[in-house]
Amino acid sequence: MNASQPEKEYMYPGHVACPGCGAAIAMKLAMKALGENTIIILPACCWSIIAGPYPQTAMKVPILHVAFETGGSTASGVRAALDVQGKTDTTVVTWAGDGGTFDIGFQALSGAVERNDDFIYVCYDNEAYMNTGIQRSSSTPYGAWTTTTPGKDWKRMRKKNIVEALAAHRIPYAATANIAFPDDLIRKFRKAREIKGSRFIHIYASCPTGWRIPSELSIKIARMAVHTNIFPLYEVEGGTDYTINYLPKEYPVREYFMMQGRFSHLADDDLAKIQEMVDEDWHLLLKKAGMSGI
Amino acid sequence: MKKVLEGSQSVAEAVRLARVDVISAYPITPQTHIVERLSEFGADGSLPARFLRVESEHSAMAALIGASSGGVRTFTATSSQGLALMHELLHWAAAARLPIVMAEVNRAMAPGWNIWADQTDSLSQRDTGWIQMYCENGQEVLDSTLMAYRISEEVNLPTMIVLDAFYLSHTYEPVDIPVQADVDAFLPRYEPKFSLDNDDPRALSSLVTPDAYMEMRYSMSLAMDNVLSLYDDVEDDYEKCINRRSPKIETVACDDADTIIVTSSTITSTAREVVDTLRASGEKVGLLKIKLFRPFPAAAIRSAVRKAKKLAVIDRNFSFGATGIFAQEIRAALCAEQHKPAVFGYIAGLGGRDVTMDVIEDIYRQTQSQSTPAADSIWIGLKEIHNER
Repeated sequence: MNASQPEKEYMYPGHVACPGCGAAIAMKLAMKALGENTIIILPACCWSIIAGPYPQTAMKVPILHVAFETGGSTASGVRAALDVQGKTDTTVVTWAGDGGTFDIGFQALSGAVERNDDFIYVCYDNEAYMNTGIQRSSSTPYGAWTTTTPGKDWKRMRKKNIVEALAAHRIPYAATANIAFPDDLIRKFRKAREIKGSRFIHIYASCPTGWRIPSELSIKIARMAVHTNIFPLYEVEGGTDYTINYLPKEYPVREYFMMQGRFSHLADDDLAKIQEMVDEDWHLLLKKAGMSGI
Repeated sequence: MKKVLEGSQSVAEAVRLARVDVISAYPITPQTHIVERLSEFGADGSLPARFLRVESEHSAMAALIGASSGGVRTFTATSSQGLALMHELLHWAAAARLPIVMAEVNRAMAPGWNIWADQTDSLSQRDTGWIQMYCENGQEVLDSTLMAYRISEEVNLPTMIVLDAFYLSHTYEPVDIPVQADVDAFLPRYEPKFSLDNDDPRALSSLVTPDAYMEMRYSMSLAMDNVLSLYDDVEDDYEKCINRRSPKIETVACDDADTIIVTSSTITSTAREVVDTLRASGEKVGLLKIKLFRPFPAAAIRSAVRKAKKLAVIDRNFSFGATGIFAQEIRAALCAEQHKPAVFGYIAGLGGRDVTMDVIEDIYRQTQSQSTPAADSIWIGLKEIHNER
């Protein structure tokens, strides 16, 4: 582990994540920055299982398991209860999957951040409903196989851009993070912890089971997502102030897609179309960050 | 101190007196006067609660699940469609054993859009694990709300205080408001039995395997059953501190009654007048009002009706393919009795249609005219309709 990363662990060994699970790595890293004065709210997601069944827990901080679509709204309530008891320094963190964030929990999330309630909402994104068996979500990328987009019916809609949707609420802080860039991830959680109001962190969390990849490639694929511009590392402050944190090597998207079973059906012209989309999104981001000349 | 208050304002007064910490609500007619009054209390400083103005009823209940898990006293209010939207989280709040108290203004379910009184919204939530009390007037709303906090916080189950749309929510009547010191004596500050605590970190509401789930449900069942005896103790305490009773059921002239009219909510007040009038003309009629619906006070009801020959149960609600819901519950409560009154089930007043003294007297006369009920549910005052089969 890098010297800049705190040694203290807030997860117990013996959690029940799949081998190579990006969501477990994400939690391990995030908690190093957040520390013990944190309360985790867990809407239904892979982490509802990973955290362990009653009477066990995988975490050294309090966890509140809540209904699927209530990550935003429950956090508002926990925050209010802490505040009226004077516990304003406790960090409230909602830890949700992409289904609970992009889809069913989007309304409650939008409501909570519109109120600028004081909490960090984390979406660990494995790009489908993995816990229920790999069904497509609005986070599933264009081109992906899932169990509800099988065979030639692979998903032909673009992935919803959740960070832009959150930035449009003009929240104090929104950022992307990636399990293959732990220093950047920890820095962002440390920064988020010190900001008041609604903060949103979108973590790329690879899923060997759902993506049909070997578990030992979990980190490599996560790194490739950044280097192909598929998942840029950036921050948005106040909804308008964009900073790109890492300038990638700009590998062709093909390099990323050919590593994963979920994309194995894609033909050259599909990949060419995806490359165009990724380029378009990247240039839009550069423009927002005032880096169009690059 | 007596004040003339709307039913909605009675709820708000009780919430203020209960020193609620967190309120979360979303507007729906006819619940809005409750949250408006609470907002005024917040603005004038008389209720220093945190008020979360959320974006749906589902989020209102979710926020209270969060706040109550955080260890503070909570309140919300809703009605009809809003309650139905909360349905998932009603189960959640109860099984998470959170003592949330909610005012629910009975309003008909759409379509067609109808904002008037009908109990089907809350009675459809009867299996969620919430204590339910159906109130007759503003005084009962205030007293029941304060008692609800004591009961809920003792057994760790949430309570729904139910009041009829407009007939109660928007009706002004004199209400005796207790002084804060007496309420504080009756209802001390909330001490949660468990909460999110960084000094003692636990996982709340986590995955439960079949190995433990049944025991979890059984302990809920025990807690709900305990409410029946606890209610009486809390009512005694309420009388000691606040000098008023608010019973789970009430009987009027039942001791020698051949026929007992059974009511809940505001229809009761009209039925009181009908019973007085009929008694004056020599009819042996009584009245049974059921306030506490969950848990269902079956033993108390059996005892109240044991001498009667007939019950005329008035339901402002309906369960399709079955009958009126109070009638169902009463039939079930009586089924093992050797000598039991015949249960006549009447459906009246759906969607806010007025249940007048004439309607109730008609129900009584119909009950008198037959030895057994003509049908499981006798719909009162129907205009002509076409049966497709």
